[in-house]
Amino acid sequence: MTVPVLSVRDLTVEFVTRRGTLRALDKISFDIARGEVLGVVGESGAGKSVTGSAIIGLIDPPGRIAGGEVVLSGERVDNRPPEAMRRIRGKRIGMIFQDPLTSLNPLYRVGEQLIETIRTHTSLNAAEARKRAIALLDEVGIPAPDRRIDGYPHEFSGGMRQRVVIALALCAEPEFIIADEPTTALDVSVQAQIIALIKRLCSERGTSVMLVTHDMGVIAETADRVAVMYAGRIAEIGPVRDVVKDPLHPYAKGLMGAIPSIEGDADRLVQIPGSMPRLSAIPRGCAFNPRCAQAFARCHVERPELTRVGDRQVACHLYDQPKAEIAA
Amino acid sequence: MLAFILRRLFQSLLVMLSVALIAFAMFRFVGDPVNQLVSLDTPQAQVEQIRRSLGLDDPVIVQFFRYIYNAARLEFGVSYQFRLPVISLLGDRAPATLELAFMSALFSLLVGIPMGVYTALKRDSWLAKILQAVSLIGISLPTFLIGILLIYLFSVTLGLLPSFGRGEVVKIGNWWTTGLLTVSGLKALILPSITLGLFQMTLIMRLVRAEMLEVLRADYIKFARARGLRTRTVNFGHALKNTLVPVITIAGLQLGSIIAFAIITETVFQWPGMGLLFLRAVQNVDIPIMAAYLMLISFLFVSINLIVDLLYAAVDPRLRATIGAH
Repeated sequence: MTVPVLSVRDLTVEFVTRRGTLRALDKISFDIARGEVLGVVGESGAGKSVTGSAIIGLIDPPGRIAGGEVVLSGERVDNRPPEAMRRIRGKRIGMIFQDPLTSLNPLYRVGEQLIETIRTHTSLNAAEARKRAIALLDEVGIPAPDRRIDGYPHEFSGGMRQRVVIALALCAEPEFIIADEPTTALDVSVQAQIIALIKRLCSERGTSVMLVTHDMGVIAETADRVAVMYAGRIAEIGPVRDVVKDPLHPYAKGLMGAIPSIEGDADRLVQIPGSMPRLSAIPRGCAFNPRCAQAFARCHVERPELTRVGDRQVACHLYDQPKAEIAA
Repeated sequence: MLAFILRRLFQSLLVMLSVALIAFAMFRFVGDPVNQLVSLDTPQAQVEQIRRSLGLDDPVIVQFFRYIYNAARLEFGVSYQFRLPVISLLGDRAPATLELAFMSALFSLLVGIPMGVYTALKRDSWLAKILQAVSLIGISLPTFLIGILLIYLFSVTLGLLPSFGRGEVVKIGNWWTTGLLTVSGLKALILPSITLGLFQMTLIMRLVRAEMLEVLRADYIKFARARGLRTRTVNFGHALKNTLVPVITIAGLQLGSIIAFAIITETVFQWPGMGLLFLRAVQNVDIPIMAAYLMLISFLFVSINLIVDLLYAAVDPRLRATIGAH
C-alpha cells in the first residue's frame, strides 16, 4: 500500500486554562490517501477545526499539541521548528477558511496577496508570479481575471472572495488541503458551486482534501470517506456510503437520522437527547455514554478504542467484544 | 473624491466661522475695547472719536463681517500690551512652537509605534511588561512635572542640556527661524520635545498595542500565516498596516493638541513660542492676541482633520470606494 498523504497518530491537543487543562483533541488517529477527500463532521466544539489547526501547526497559545504525531507523505512534521513548519504551510498544506469576507486582508489588492504567496513558495519573479496569479484566478472561475487581479477584496462578492481564497490555498500546488467549513458563511446558491470547484480542482491535481463541515449533504456528495467526531474523539470513520447509509456508532446513527430526506417517511427527525459535554466535564469511559440509549456498564468505565469493522473503524463497545468473550 | 473634499472644505469653513464668532464675541463681552485704549482722563469727545475711527459704533453684524474680512487677510489688530500688530507677534513666535510640536510628534511616533508593536508581539516578555508599566506613568504624570523632573535630572544634576530657551537660532528667509541647524538649538529642543511628546508617545504606544492585538486575532492574519508567509511579512506587512489606520487619525488629532497645549511646556522651559505669548496675553487681558490665537489653533485643528480624512482614504481602499460613491 502506498504511503498516505497525511497520517495522524494519537494526536492530542490541550488548552491550559486557569481552571485546569482542557483536552480539545483526545488521541485521534486517521489517514488520508492521495487524492482522497475525507469529510469531517460533528457538532460545534467536537474538535473539527482544532484538528485542522493542529495539522497545519497553527494552534495558538494557550493551546498546544500534547502528544501524538502528524506525518505528511511519510515525514513527521508536528515536531519541526517554526520556520520549517512555515515553509510547509501554504506550500505543502493549503488551508481554506470558513469566512471569505474576513480571510482576505482588506488593505491589499487580491493580486498582491496571490503574488506574495506565490513568491514566498516558488522562485518565480514578479512578472511570472503575476501571470500565474491571473491563470489561477481564471481557473477558480473569476471572470476577467487580468482586470480583477487589481481589485480589492471588498470589490468581490462573498462567493467570488471564496474563489480567491481557494486560489490562494492552491497557488503553491500543495499535496493536501484543509477546507474548514468552506461554505458555511456563503449563500446557499453559491455553496454547491464552491464545493464543486474545490472537488474539481483537487481531483485534477490529485490533491487530498480534509473537508470539515456541518453539512451532511456536502459530505455525501463530495467525500470518499467520512470521520464523525464527538467531544474531541473520532466516533466512527469509514467510506461515505457505509457511514451515511448504515452508521454503526450510536452517535453517528443519531447524526445521520437527523438528516431530512425527501423520500423519507418519518414525520419527525431523530433527535439525540442532551447536548455534547463541555471539555471540562467529559465523562469517564465513552464520552457519549450519558446520551446513549444502548450504553451498558462497560461504557461508563472504559474508553472504547477505534476497532475495525469491515471497511471502517468504530469506537464503541457494542462492536469490540472483549477478548475473553471471543475466546469463550 | 472631489465632491468629498469640497464638502469637507465647506464644513471646515462653517467651523471656522463659528470660531470667529466666539473670538469676535470676546472683544464685546470682556469689556469695552475702547476703555483699554484710553486713560481715565481722556475727554468724552475723544473717546467717541476713537470709537468711530475703530468702527465700533457700527451695527454688531457689520463689525463681525469686518472682523472676518480682516481675519481672512490675517489682520487681527494691534496687541494692547506690545502696541504691535498681532500677526507679526504670532508670526515671530510660530516657528518656535511649530518646531517644538513637530519634534514632539516625531518623537512620539518614532518611539511610540515601535514600542506598541513590540509590546503587542512579545506581550509576555519582561521588557514588554516593564514598558507597559512605564507607559502608565507617562500617561498619568502631568506635563509640567515631567518637565521639571527632566530639568532637574539633565540640566541641574548632570548639566548636559539647557533648562530654558531655544539656544542659537538661524534665520531662514524672512519669517522663519530654526533651532535645528545649530548644536545649541538642537540641544535646547531635546528636553521640551520629550516633555511635550511623552504623553502622546505613551498614548500612541498603548493605542498601537491594543489595535495590533486586535488585528493579530483577525482571520486574515491567521490565513496569512496558513499561507506560509514569513512572520516578518505577516507582522509588519499585514498586521501593522491594518493597525495604522486608526493610529493615523489619533496621531493627526494629537498633533493639533500638541500645538495647542504646548503652553505648559513652553512656560516650564521659557520657550519663546506662541503658547508663552498667549499665557502673557491672558495675564494682561490682551484680547487681540487671545482671539487671534484661538482662530489660529482652530484653523490648525480643522486643516489637520481634513488632512487626516484624506490620509485615511489613501490607506484604506474601502473608504476610497465609499468616499468616491458619495
